[in-house]
Amino acid sequence: MNKKELELKAIDVREGIIKAVHSAKSGHPGGSLSAADMYTYLYFKEMNVDPSNPKNPDRDRFVLSKGHTAPGYYSALANRGFFPVEDLTTLRKLGSYLQGHPCMNETPGVDMSSGSLGQGLSAAVGMALNGQLKNKDYRVYALMGDGEIQEGQIWEAAMFAGAHKLSNLVAIVDNNNLQIDGCVADVCDIYPIDKKFEAFNFNVININGHDFDEIADAFAKARECKDKPTAIIMKTVKGKGISFMEDKAGWHGKAPNDEEFEIALKELSASREAIMGGNV
Amino acid sequence: MSDVKKIATRDSYGNALAELGAEFSDFLVLDADLAGATKTGVFKKAFPERFIDCGIAESNMTGIAAGIATTGTPVFISSFAMFASGRNYEQVRNSIGYPHLNVKIGATHAGITVGEDGATHQCLEDIALMREIPGMTVIVPSDDVEAKAAVRAALTTEGPMYMRFGRAAVPVINDNPDYKFEIGKAVKLKEGSDITIFANGVCVAEAMGAAELLANDGINAEVINVHTVKPLDVDAVIASAAKTGRVFTVEEHFIVGGLGSAVAETITAAPVSVLDKRVQVTRIGINDQFGQSGPAGELMKHYKLDAAGIYEQIKAAL
Repeated sequence: MNKKELELKAIDVREGIIKAVHSAKSGHPGGSLSAADMYTYLYFKEMNVDPSNPKNPDRDRFVLSKGHTAPGYYSALANRGFFPVEDLTTLRKLGSYLQGHPCMNETPGVDMSSGSLGQGLSAAVGMALNGQLKNKDYRVYALMGDGEIQEGQIWEAAMFAGAHKLSNLVAIVDNNNLQIDGCVADVCDIYPIDKKFEAFNFNVININGHDFDEIADAFAKARECKDKPTAIIMKTVKGKGISFMEDKAGWHGKAPNDEEFEIALKELSASREAIMGGNV
Repeated sequence: MSDVKKIATRDSYGNALAELGAEFSDFLVLDADLAGATKTGVFKKAFPERFIDCGIAESNMTGIAAGIATTGTPVFISSFAMFASGRNYEQVRNSIGYPHLNVKIGATHAGITVGEDGATHQCLEDIALMREIPGMTVIVPSDDVEAKAAVRAALTTEGPMYMRFGRAAVPVINDNPDYKFEIGKAVKLKEGSDITIFANGVCVAEAMGAAELLANDGINAEVINVHTVKPLDVDAVIASAAKTGRVFTVEEHFIVGGLGSAVAETITAAPVSVLDKRVQVTRIGINDQFGQSGPAGELMKHYKLDAAGIYEQIKAAL
């Protein structure tokens, strides 16, 4: 999949997020949209996964440590073929296999249940550790929120990953700069993120999380590093792709109403056409 | 009693892990800087490549174990009960319990018999915390034989499990050819007709001692070792409650949330078709107070959980 195809796929993923959250009348669009390009790249380019064999023991693993952004995760999985895209609108509804936060025993393709912030990186470390112990080739990816790294357990896990040189682990921080109560720097300053991970013996890469060239480059560098886990700190815009949601903490955990829903879909259609532009 | 062999169940835990290590190649043991005390060090010495020290970070150890379990390898995690069920409670609930992962929690140094370390380390609520997690099996072995059998059962049974071990040496009471350990099956140690004593852990041997004292007074106590608090052996509880009509529970735990609660809930909820009379339940344990420093034996005596103390409490209640 080339860059343009990835960009188009990311529009599909964003559309799935909006439809799911609108249908659920609740959920977390802001952080789903900020990570939509990352979800897209992971599931359409980076990760060795097979929707027809989601439990393959040799597959790459993904842990959504910031589990509340499940709509983005589910949309990527659905678009990748793990389950029907139409089912995204069952999100958060009674009896749905698309729970408010990821559940590995309910949803095809979900490798770890998560949602209580701070816990996912530890699980990813466990997966990576056993892969290392058993000389497996699989790689493990964990996605954290920037607010989430205020949780102490993240740093317990980071210390362990660095100490054990888990080079098969990539910890990604979605640095959209906002958490529920406001800017991450105002609520409880997390900066500098990169220096913190460096101090925990990570191979640290700073990128723009909406630029597929930079994302691709970061993962290539992660694979080259053989003696450290990698941390990718990606600068993103919360709510990215929907104008009225961008960079607004208020859209952390709120669903669009019917009017906003229509505007959002129109914007995504316009973005799709812009990407296709004259080159189609 | 002086010639009775005594072994701490934490030793049983470490020894059982080492024995199982020779028999089963695919499982890991994690600890949080307490391998010498929890006795996972015995396993570490025999199988260093399968032992991971996570450092003093129990929450992370719990999450790491969850991640390992998702890859198909069973894993034991170990620390003192306070930190293996309390410090990491929410990690156990959400990262192990909710996904129902194959992680075995070996919690040592439970209860007041931690002794001199005092209240901060005397976990008296672990059974309550673990028991309400859906799908979690909870076992409180009474001696070396039972503890080792429990560890074997843990490895050969799928799903999350909490096992409670002690620091202090306790008499070996199940060393007989008829003893059989089965998860969820209580063991009747003494037939009786007047009252029933349900006990587990270090309190089983003490309850047996109390039964002897009661016999001197003409009270014939039935003693049942309820090593599995969850799933509780409901049939055994109801059958004995129906038979004697008067129930006592004894445990090295708060009287809320542990064995006493499980037994009382079961008896209260029993339909008339299986229990057709009112059965009073007296819960013996630690009642709404923290522990304190002191030698284990003296603490057991102070909190009336030794044979004489249990006897005294039962006599007072009858």
